[in-house]
Amino acid sequence: MISAHLPILQVVVPLIAAPLGLLFRRTPNLAWLLTLVISWLTLAISVALLAQVLTGGPISYELGSWAPPWGIEYRIDILSAFVLLIVSGVGALVILYARQSVEAEIPGDRIYLFYTMYLLALAGLLGIVTTGDAFNLFVFLEISSLSSYVLIALGAERRALTAAFRYLVLGTIGATFYVIGVGLMYQMTGTLNIADLAARLPDVVQTRTMLVAIGFLTVGIGLKLGLFPVHVWLPNAYTYAPSVVTAFLAATATKVAVYVLLRMYYTVFQGHLFAPLPVDEILFVLGILAMLAMSAVAIFQTNAKRLLAYSSVAQIGYMILGISLVTVTGLTAGVLHLFNHALMKAALFLALGCVFLRIRSAKVDDMAGLGKAMPWTMAAFVLGGFSLIGVPLTVGFISKWYLILAALEKDWWWLAAIILISSLLAVIYIWRVVEVAYFRARPAEAPPVTEAPLFMLVPMWALVLANIYFGIDTDLTVGTAARAAQFLMGVGS
Amino acid sequence: MSADTAILAALATPLIGGLLILLTGSIPNLREAVTLVTAAVLFLIVASITPTVLAGDRPEVTLLQMLPGLDITFRVEPLGMLFGLIASGLWIINSIYSIGYMRGNDEGHQTRFYFFFAVALSSAVGVAFSGNMLTLFVCYEVLTLSTYPLVTHHGDANSLRSGRIYMGILLGTSIGLLLFGMVWTWHVAGTLNFTQGGILEGKADETITVALLFLYMFGIGKAALMPIHRWLPAAMVAPTPVSALLHAVAVVKAGAFTVVKVIVYIFGVDFLADTGATEWLMIVAAATLLIASVVAMRKDNLKARLAYSTISQLSYIVLGAALVTGTAIIGAGMHLAMHAMGKITLFFCAGAIYTAAHKTEISQLNGIGRTMPITMGAFAIASLSIIGIPPLGGSWSKFQLMLGAAEGDHLVYVFVYAASSLLSAAYLVPIIARAFLLPPEAKSAGAAAAHEGGIQEAPLPCLIALCTTAVGAIALFFYADAIAALLAPITGPITG
Repeated sequence: MISAHLPILQVVVPLIAAPLGLLFRRTPNLAWLLTLVISWLTLAISVALLAQVLTGGPISYELGSWAPPWGIEYRIDILSAFVLLIVSGVGALVILYARQSVEAEIPGDRIYLFYTMYLLALAGLLGIVTTGDAFNLFVFLEISSLSSYVLIALGAERRALTAAFRYLVLGTIGATFYVIGVGLMYQMTGTLNIADLAARLPDVVQTRTMLVAIGFLTVGIGLKLGLFPVHVWLPNAYTYAPSVVTAFLAATATKVAVYVLLRMYYTVFQGHLFAPLPVDEILFVLGILAMLAMSAVAIFQTNAKRLLAYSSVAQIGYMILGISLVTVTGLTAGVLHLFNHALMKAALFLALGCVFLRIRSAKVDDMAGLGKAMPWTMAAFVLGGFSLIGVPLTVGFISKWYLILAALEKDWWWLAAIILISSLLAVIYIWRVVEVAYFRARPAEAPPVTEAPLFMLVPMWALVLANIYFGIDTDLTVGTAARAAQFLMGVGS
Repeated sequence: MSADTAILAALATPLIGGLLILLTGSIPNLREAVTLVTAAVLFLIVASITPTVLAGDRPEVTLLQMLPGLDITFRVEPLGMLFGLIASGLWIINSIYSIGYMRGNDEGHQTRFYFFFAVALSSAVGVAFSGNMLTLFVCYEVLTLSTYPLVTHHGDANSLRSGRIYMGILLGTSIGLLLFGMVWTWHVAGTLNFTQGGILEGKADETITVALLFLYMFGIGKAALMPIHRWLPAAMVAPTPVSALLHAVAVVKAGAFTVVKVIVYIFGVDFLADTGATEWLMIVAAATLLIASVVAMRKDNLKARLAYSTISQLSYIVLGAALVTGTAIIGAGMHLAMHAMGKITLFFCAGAIYTAAHKTEISQLNGIGRTMPITMGAFAIASLSIIGIPPLGGSWSKFQLMLGAAEGDHLVYVFVYAASSLLSAAYLVPIIARAFLLPPEAKSAGAAAAHEGGIQEAPLPCLIALCTTAVGAIALFFYADAIAALLAPITGPITG
């Protein structure tokens, strides 16, 4: 009967395992092994949950057998199952990769802390996605946020501390705004259960209290997901965090925040909020600005991690744009890109992690000659870059296809043009790195560089191949995203 | 082997060959043997499909479904058959040539060179056999990406800069415009299958048709319409075998081929003829055709002159397609083959001159015909074919194209074609005259040998290759009707 308890196990397994990491203060390898086992177990649970949802429809789980709306309900529908798969899948691969990278970047006496905090962050992120309770969601949001502040602060440079502090301040504001929004909703409806909220909100959505609540929720979640122009914490946090942390957070944390936005807009408010308050139009404009401005800014970065960080803000713009179109195709594109972008950014940041391991730098100029010295790593970077650009046979192409289609469905050909221009900006910033790595010789005085260890190459390439596989066989991704979009828009099954 | 399996085999052969090339990289003789065998096998496979297509069948194979309702499908029709034959057949000759050239010039990274060459050929065959626009687009992009390492083969600052132009224009136009046009077509027509008679009639209004045509024509950067032609001269930094097979045949013809294919099977000849949507395209193509010829005259670098000549000749094909008459389309298709054979010979000769005498500029070629008579003889034959003089292949396609222009009551374009022939004579004949008639310069490296009356030809594999294609240019004159017969169905009545 364990399958009936999968929704809670999804969260509780990493949550309970997290403090166990403290037992391995002096044996970091055991801490890694524990985390590895837990991460893959979590992935297995996610896969099982997705299979259950795909065949049997949404799952409702009553925590402690207290019936909702009084008790906390865990609710897994097709969207949450899809996001769970992204988070736990990337997590499992990143941890496989982590051991050597963490050893090189984090002092030995703090490595156990990394694994503990990682498991907490994972539990928090998974909790946000599984829960069907708006306040419980806040609790998990804080768990994941607090642990990610620590994770970022573990970065080797002292600037990681200021980056983490900045994230802490803005992240806390975001979480507070969210809880204010939830409080206002509670005041109007007397419930915190998301399904229950959904039933009661339409009656009161026109009230000023609800408009204020929507404002707080949007800004609060926007802060967490790296929405332009409140993304300012993101570039530094990604740049100075340990490589593994950057890859993990870039692929999961912002995606989960986008999930929360979708949940609030389309499940709680069921799209009724767009009539009284044009948040869709605001997000539309912000999404476009992010795509163009942040891609342009990325071109001028000298640090490859920061370059990819700005690219992430731009790519989040694509998701926001898809969501703001309020059509089935637009939502499909947004949800699809959630998955696809996780794959590409994880692969790219892991490639930079391999580079950092060998040359102790992520500066573009220091990567000269790596095309020859680290052929597998740089080939992974190039393929990940292709995916980011949207070259066919990669996931990026599929995302772009749906986004353009969504724009054309509205007869907004100029929007399609903007989307394409932004992808061409990606060509420029990716190619800058490629040219340095392949065409500039390594300086004569620089120490020789060897390829990254196999344990790091394998997970990185698994992600690269996933970029290609899901760019060719789109049954799972497009199918699930389309069903999730129909579900959110309340059409079809 | 059934035709369906043959399609898959044709796509897989170069890829398998490429892997074997990587594995045998440490033994150059074995590696080159692998290239030659792969090329020969590929050609045989492609040729084995020909009787089926001639019989009127359209073998088709679907690999997988990439997006709901959109498959990766290959379907061989006459135009693709012709392009496939050209690309795979010339690859054999080009591989022989490469051996002489790459070894003669002590080029580095030869394993990488042969590997990416094989990948490029696989994608070129993929373009030829594509059954819908999505498949074509995928192969088109792979072709761009796989030729980038070939263009930047030398890895110096110059090739880096050229590589940027190459990638920038080809990726930029294809992602910025072609992809846009393709999604739009999908949105309007609900299909991307190449269909006899087109898929847009009755679904796209006049504005959308013109907009789509614009997106396609400038999205297909490989057809090198002005002003997006700059990548082609830039690509000349590559070793000459790359310029010969890829930038005179496979890559540029993939562009011209796609143009014809889109006009015939996406828009539909009759639909375009009725709407007159191609008027502007005729003007752009004619302008490119003439301007590129004039620019070619002013280039002293031999490969640059040939590159501009290629730009001009590609616009022959685009203009032929834009005329949207049956005869002109057949002429455009024939010109794919005729120009390929002529231009690859010219590039072979340019590379042979570089290998034997280390000369790149036309002004250095005085009297070179005395030391390299075979090379320059082939050069002369190929030039005449490009100009369009019987009994050489090029004369037939020009004749057809002019006839097509007259048929569509576009007399002005008959004159454009005629004028361009004169212009191409003006930029090619002086080279031949210089080589045979002027005395060698006293100080030049080949002069000493010339005085001794010695012959200094390029390595034997190079000579074999360029003689073969020169003979081919003559042979095509006599087999032109076979090509025309192969192509005839594409403008025929709508069947199945």
